[in-house]
This record gives sequence, structure tokens and C-alpha cells, in this order.
Amino acid sequence: MAPPSSRRSGFSKKAQYSVFTGYLLAALGALLGAALLALSFWQPGSFAPLRGAASDAVTPVGEVPAAARAGSQSAWDVVTGYFYAGSQNARLREENEIARIRLAEAEAVKDENRRLKALLDLAKGDVEPVATARLVGSSATSARRFAYVGVGRADGLAPGMPVQSPRGVVGRVLEVARGSARVMLVTDSESVLPVRRAGDNTVAFAEGRGDGFLRIRLINLGLNPLEVGDVFVTSGAGGYYRPGVAVAVLSELTSDGGLARLIADPSATDFVSIEPIYEGEAVEASRVRGENELTQQELEE
Amino acid sequence: MIERRGRPLRSARYRNSGINREASPLRANTVPYGSILAGSLLPVIALQADVMPLAPPLGFMMLVAWRLTRPGLLPIWAGVPLGLFDDLVSGQPIGSAVLLWSLAMIAFEYIEQRVPWRGFWQDWFTAGLAIVLYVLAAMALSRATVSPALLFAMLPQIVVAVVLYPVFARFVSRLDLFRLARTRRVG
Repeated sequence: MAPPSSRRSGFSKKAQYSVFTGYLLAALGALLGAALLALSFWQPGSFAPLRGAASDAVTPVGEVPAAARAGSQSAWDVVTGYFYAGSQNARLREENEIARIRLAEAEAVKDENRRLKALLDLAKGDVEPVATARLVGSSATSARRFAYVGVGRADGLAPGMPVQSPRGVVGRVLEVARGSARVMLVTDSESVLPVRRAGDNTVAFAEGRGDGFLRIRLINLGLNPLEVGDVFVTSGAGGYYRPGVAVAVLSELTSDGGLARLIADPSATDFVSIEPIYEGEAVEASRVRGENELTQQELEE
Repeated sequence: MIERRGRPLRSARYRNSGINREASPLRANTVPYGSILAGSLLPVIALQADVMPLAPPLGFMMLVAWRLTRPGLLPIWAGVPLGLFDDLVSGQPIGSAVLLWSLAMIAFEYIEQRVPWRGFWQDWFTAGLAIVLYVLAAMALSRATVSPALLFAMLPQIVVAVVLYPVFARFVSRLDLFRLARTRRVG
């Protein structure tokens, strides 16, 4: 069908002007978009209040589908549970035995840990989470991987705080508004997380790839000591995350490390806890720029 | 004396659709914008896809569907306010949808002048091309590090969006019927 000829202005001066104004406004709008884009590239935080107000308005709405999602997941689990009850029972009993043995081992390790920490005078209690919240939304269409939580500055959140689910690291707080916050997930392509292999001290960086995998890059290059199935935990370097929280399991080897799968899959995560920054001083120190360093003259004084 | 007939002349089914009804201007003017805003919002709050971008860009698809179904209904500059709202909720840097949606509206205007006669397949082709270009451009503007892995991860989203376009076009034409339904009583 041919479109209606509303845009064809004919000889009417008024119609010609209104068509022209439409084109002009559209072109100006595109220029405005380019200018806003340039500004948000140059000063990424400049629109944070505006975005914060929008997410403050949206996140309460998101609570409902988030709760429904969690509910439907558990309802499905109940249904499938009936079908696999028998075989699962046997398997669980076996797993339980093994878990008991491992628990005893862990108790011993914990005991030893406490002794060694006391020796070093490093006794640090359990970290109290700042807030607990539901992941209410995510940037499901964008190439970036963000999620939203329904707690914000009013609950004590600050940018940089680590976000964890009961299974492991989910991400860290990027922007806070009054009653909501934006979380950069560890799978985001701009996220880098210092990790080490559980069991020894093979240190590496876990970089997000944007497709759900983490790329493990070893810091010490040479022979690749990793094996498929290795578990990586946070190393505590950088100061944001406390050490020893599970991050990912290696699933594929590459020449300089490997590809790892997340342990705490955010789409299967219901509640997350937001913890304070592990070592605030280290984070502050890393923010000191080159130009703020002491000059040679000041050092000599 | 003329007596009243026992049964009403018109059946109950037609009681509310008399000739003294017209389309409500409020509904006729808000449904397109409301549905596009809802399309921007829906992937953010309702679809949890955190490992990779899987949800099609519903806001942009609704804009394209309205633009192709009803040429001339949305003004050419409609991409500016609608794109700004999409930027606020989508996690993209502010300005990316303002720019891309405006450019898309201008491009559709140009295509419509060059090829005034259109059909279903041509609409799908135009919309599909627009969606592919939009998703790739949005990825380039999102400040993400573009790697082959990320490009591969965008592929399902693009395919889903292009394949689902006719569904959305049909949905928009349903919404258009709803938009112009005669509901307001005159006199």
C-alpha cells in the first residue's frame, strides 16, 4: 500500500513549512543525541542523577516480576522433584556422606586457619552485609551487563561495594541513586576481577567477555598449570572483594589461561547481599593519579 | 396509540456500538507512545538475561513497527523523547538511542519517499535491516570492548529480533484497532 500523502505538501506554504520543521527537528534531535553521547563518553558520571531518578522509579515495579520469577522457578522445581525423587534420594545420600567427610576436613582447616591468623594477629570477624536485596532487573538488550537492585544510598550503599549471592560473586555496585543501584556484573566486558585458584596461589585476572564466560588470564606466563574444573576464588587484591569468595569454574583451556563459567549465575540468583568494600584504603590509594604523586623535591624534603 | 414492542430492536451485542460513538482522542494519541515506552521497559524489568544480551530491543522494534504500519502517525522527531527514555532505563550511555532512533526515523522517511509502494516482505526486509544495524551500532556505542566472542553472543539476539518482527507488526496493527475503537459516546 502506498503511504498516505500527508508528507506531500503541494503548494500550501503552511504544509511546506511544517514538513520542513519536522525534518529540522529530527536532524537537531540526532545532533542532540550525538552531543549527549559525546558528553557521556567524556564524563560518564554526568547523567548519573537522571539515570538514578529513572531507576528509582522503575525498580519498585521490577520487584513484582522478580518475585514472580523466583516463585515460578520454585514451583517448577516442586513439579520436577516428584519425577526424580527416587534416584535423587540415593544420589543425595551418597553426596551427603561425602559432604560430611569434607565438612570434617573443613573444620580442621578452619581450626588451623584460626590458629595461624591469631599468630599473625589478623583476626577479622565475618563481614556484615550492608544490605540484602533482590536483583530486580537487568540490561537484557544492551551489550553491557548491568543489573538493578532496589536498595540505594538511603540503605548505605556506595559505588564499588561487592555484590554477592549465596553461591559467589555477582558483581559490584557501579552507580547509586536514593533507593536503587546499578550493579556491574562480573560478566560485563569492562569488568576485571583479581582471582586465584582455590587450593594454591596461582593468581590471575578474570575478565568478563560479555557472553557469560569469564576469561582467566594468568599473571605469571609460562606453562599453563590450569586444568578444566579448577575453581577460582577472589584473591582480595585491589581491595574491593574480600578474599576466598567463589567466582568461576574453568571449562576450557587457552594458551594464556582459560575460559571459566560463573558459579553464581545472576539469572538464577534471587537475593544478593551487598558487602562493604574490603579494604577501602587500598581502593583509595589506587585512585591516586600520576599527577598527584610527590615530586622529587617534596621527596627530598 | 402505538404500543411499545416487547423486545428491544437491537440485540444486546450491539448495544454499546451505536452510531453515536467515535474514537477517543486520548486513546488515539497515547497508545503508540505508551506501547513504545512499555517496549523499552519490558526487557529491563521482566526478562532476566544476565549472562548474555538475549532480549530483542523491544522499544526500537515497537517504534519501527508503528512507523511502518502507520506512516505519518509519529512525527519525524519522535525518536528524541522516546530514545531518551530508552537510554534512561536500558543501561546504554545516554544519547545512544536518541541518536540512533532519530537517524532511523529520518532513514525511514527517506526510504518511504524513494519506494512509496510497499508490501509485507519489503517491510520485513526494511525493519530487519534497521534492527541489525541498530543492534550493531548500539553495541559499538555501549563502551563495551568489542571482541569476536561478544559479536558471537549478539547473534542470537539479532536473529530473534528479526524473526519476531512480523509478530510485532501484527501486534501493532491489533493495537491500532484498539487505538481507533469507537468508544466515546457523542451527544
